[in-house]
Amino acid sequence: MSTVMSPGGPASNGPQTSASQGTLPVGPSQVTMVGALNQALADSLAADDRVVVFGEDVGTLGGVFRVTDGLAKRFGEQRVFDTPLAEAGIVGTAIGMAMNGLVPVVEMQFDAFAYPAFEQVTSHLAKLRNRTRGKVALPVVIRVPFGGGIGGVEHHSDSSEAYYTHTPGLRVVTPGTPADAYRLLRQAIACPDPVIFLEPKRRYWSRETTALKADGPPIDRAVVRRPGRDVTVIAYGGMVATALEAAEAAAEEDWDVEVIDLRSLSPLDDQTLAESVRRTGRAVVVHEAAGFAGYGAEVAARLTELCFFHLEAPILRVTGLDIPYPPPHLEQFHLPNVDRILDAIARLEWEEDNAQPG
Amino acid sequence: MTTLTRPTETGYANGLLPSPAALQLIDQNGRSGGNPGKLALPEPDVLRELHRRMVLGRRFVTEATALTKQGRLAVYPSSRGQDACQVGAVLALRDQDWLFPTYRDSVAVLTRGVPAEETLSLLRGEWHCGYDPYEYRVAPQCTPLATNTLHAVGLAHAARLKRQDQVALVLLGDGATSEGDTHEALNFAGVWKAPVVFLVQNNGYAISVPLAKQTAAPTLAAKGIGYGVPSMLIDGNDAAAVYAAVRAGIDRAAAGGGPTLIEAITYRVEAHTNADDATRYRASAEVSTWLERDPIVRLDGYLRAKGLLDDAVAGQLAAEGDRLAAEVRDRMNEDVSVDPAELFEHVYAEPTAALERQRAAVLAELAELEEPAP
Repeated sequence: MSTVMSPGGPASNGPQTSASQGTLPVGPSQVTMVGALNQALADSLAADDRVVVFGEDVGTLGGVFRVTDGLAKRFGEQRVFDTPLAEAGIVGTAIGMAMNGLVPVVEMQFDAFAYPAFEQVTSHLAKLRNRTRGKVALPVVIRVPFGGGIGGVEHHSDSSEAYYTHTPGLRVVTPGTPADAYRLLRQAIACPDPVIFLEPKRRYWSRETTALKADGPPIDRAVVRRPGRDVTVIAYGGMVATALEAAEAAAEEDWDVEVIDLRSLSPLDDQTLAESVRRTGRAVVVHEAAGFAGYGAEVAARLTELCFFHLEAPILRVTGLDIPYPPPHLEQFHLPNVDRILDAIARLEWEEDNAQPG
Repeated sequence: MTTLTRPTETGYANGLLPSPAALQLIDQNGRSGGNPGKLALPEPDVLRELHRRMVLGRRFVTEATALTKQGRLAVYPSSRGQDACQVGAVLALRDQDWLFPTYRDSVAVLTRGVPAEETLSLLRGEWHCGYDPYEYRVAPQCTPLATNTLHAVGLAHAARLKRQDQVALVLLGDGATSEGDTHEALNFAGVWKAPVVFLVQNNGYAISVPLAKQTAAPTLAAKGIGYGVPSMLIDGNDAAAVYAAVRAGIDRAAAGGGPTLIEAITYRVEAHTNADDATRYRASAEVSTWLERDPIVRLDGYLRAKGLLDDAVAGQLAAEGDRLAAEVRDRMNEDVSVDPAELFEHVYAEPTAALERQRAAVLAELAELEEPAP
C-alpha cells in the first residue's frame, strides 16, 4: 500500500518519551499518546523476550507516526524489524510466529491498509484457538492507527472497528488518553487472546500529565471519565475527548453529563454502561464510523435490552454519515462534533421529564 | 563490481530456476529414472517405507471415500494419485519439523502419525481440527487456499529467531499459487531466508479449472526466481524423487540456506470431492493416462525388480491396510458425540460474560427439551 499522506507535521514533534532513554519516569510527567505507546512497547520488549515488533517502516524509521521510534536501535533487528510491504504477509507470519512461542506486536500502517490482511485476521487469527479446541493460542497484537480528523487524503481515515468487533475470537480495544494508551497496550500484549489495538491517530499528539502504569482498570472494562447525573454519553478512541468537551459545554446549559470511555469494544462492558444508564435514564452513543450497522447500534440495542424500564428517551447515536470517508476539506461535515452531541442531548425528551434540569 | 550475466544463466547457477524437465529417480515403468539431477536415490529401507505408507494411505482414502458415500463423513477430498507427494514429503521431515497441510492432505497428516480418527475429525464434521498440532507438529488442515503458506513462513522464521533447528514444510496446490498469500509467503521467506519448504502439488486442476487457465508461467517452479527462492521441478508420482527433493530442501533450510520451492507434477485421479462431477470438465482418456503412472505400481515394480519386495511382504502389507480400514470404519460408524457447552469454551482464553450468558441459555433450552411432557 502506498502511503500518500506524510504525517510530517505532527510526527516532527517526535514522541515525548523516547524508548532509547529506557526506564519509566518516576513521577507524573507530560506525555503524548505516541510517547505512551512507544513506552509501552519498550517496556513490553524489555519485560518479555518473546515479544517481537514488526511491520512496514517500524524499524529504522520508527513508524510513520514514530510509535516505534528508537526500538530497533535499543532491542536489535531480531526483535524489532521492517517487513516487506504486504499486510496479509505481516499478519499471516505473525500467526506462525505465535504458534512457535513468540508474542508478535505488528503494525498496520493505516486503517484502510489493513484490509489486505482481513482473511488472515478473520479466518485464522480469530479462529485458531477455536479450531484447535484451545490447543493453539495466538497472543498477537495488531496495532492499527484508525479514524479521521487529521486531514488525511483518501484511505487514511477509516473507522474499521465494526469489521473486527463482528468477528468472535478477537478482542478489540482503543484508548482515549495517553495514560490509557500505555496501560491498554501493556495489557493487550500480555493478553492470551488476539487483540486488535485501534489507535485514534487524531489523539496521537494529545498530552497528559500522568505517571504511566500498567495496572488499573482491566483490559475489558469501560471507565467513567466524567461523572454526571442527567445523561450518559458513550464514546471511545478519538471521540472520548470530543465527548468530554461536549460535557463541559453542556454543563453551561445545566445538563450534568456522564462520559463513559468504552476502552474495550469487544467484549463490551455492558454492566458499567447499564449501571450508568439506569441512573441517568438517557444515553447517547458517539463514534466516527458510519452509523448504519455501526458499533453504536449494538450498544444501543444492548442498553435497550438491559435498561428499558429506566429509559426516559430513545438511545440516540451521533455518528459519521453513511458515506465513504470524505476528502480533507469536507471531513468536518462528516465527523461528530460538540454541537452534534449537544443537539442529540437536547433531543432526549426532556419536556416530559419531571427531573428536567434548569 | 558488476558482471554482465544473462538472468537465466544466473538463475540456473543459483538454483533459482528449475530444470527444464521434471527430475525423476524412478520412472513410470519402475526402472531407474532418466533425469535424477542432483537428487540421490533414497536408501532401500526408505524406499520400502515409502511404498508401505503409500499402500496404507491409499487404503485409507478408499475407506474414507466409501464412508462418505454412506454419509459417515461430511465430505472427502481424495488425494488418490498424489500418494507419492503425500507420503514422500512427510517421510522426509525430521521429528522437530512442522507440516502445514491443506484439506486434501489427510494422508500426509496420517503419515505424520496423527491417528486416523483425529485426522478425519474435520471431514467428519466433529470439530474443525481433531488433533493437537503441538503433539505431532502438524498445523490444522487449511481450507482457505494458500493462507497456510504464511503461517509456515512465520513459524520457520520464529525458529530461526530462537536459534532452533526446525523447518516448516507447507503443502499447496496449483490453484493456490494464484492466491496473493502464496506470493507474499515466497517473498517473505526469500527476504528472511526462512527455513521453509514449499511443496506445490500440481495436480492439474483447481476443482474444474485446468492449469492453463491458472497461469501463463512456463512452470510453477519458475516463480521462485521472482522471489530469489531456489526451485525444483520434480515428477510428483515418483515417491523417491519427492522424498529426495523435500529432504534436499530441508537440508538447505537447516543449513541456513533459506527456502526452497518445489513443484511436483502429479494428478488428482478422483473428482475434487465426492460432491464434484469431474466428467463435466475433463476426458476419461486423460484420467486413464494418469492411472498408468500410478505412484504405487511404479515403486512396487522397482522394489520387486531389486528384490526388496515379494508377494509375502505385499500380502502382509495388504492385511495391515485392511486392519487400518476396519479401524477407520469402526470408529466412523460410532455415533458422533458432541457437547453443545463446548461451543463456548475455545473462543477466548476465558469465556466472556456474554458467552457465559449464551451458554446458560443454550443449556437451559436443552434442559427444557429433556424434561418429560406434563
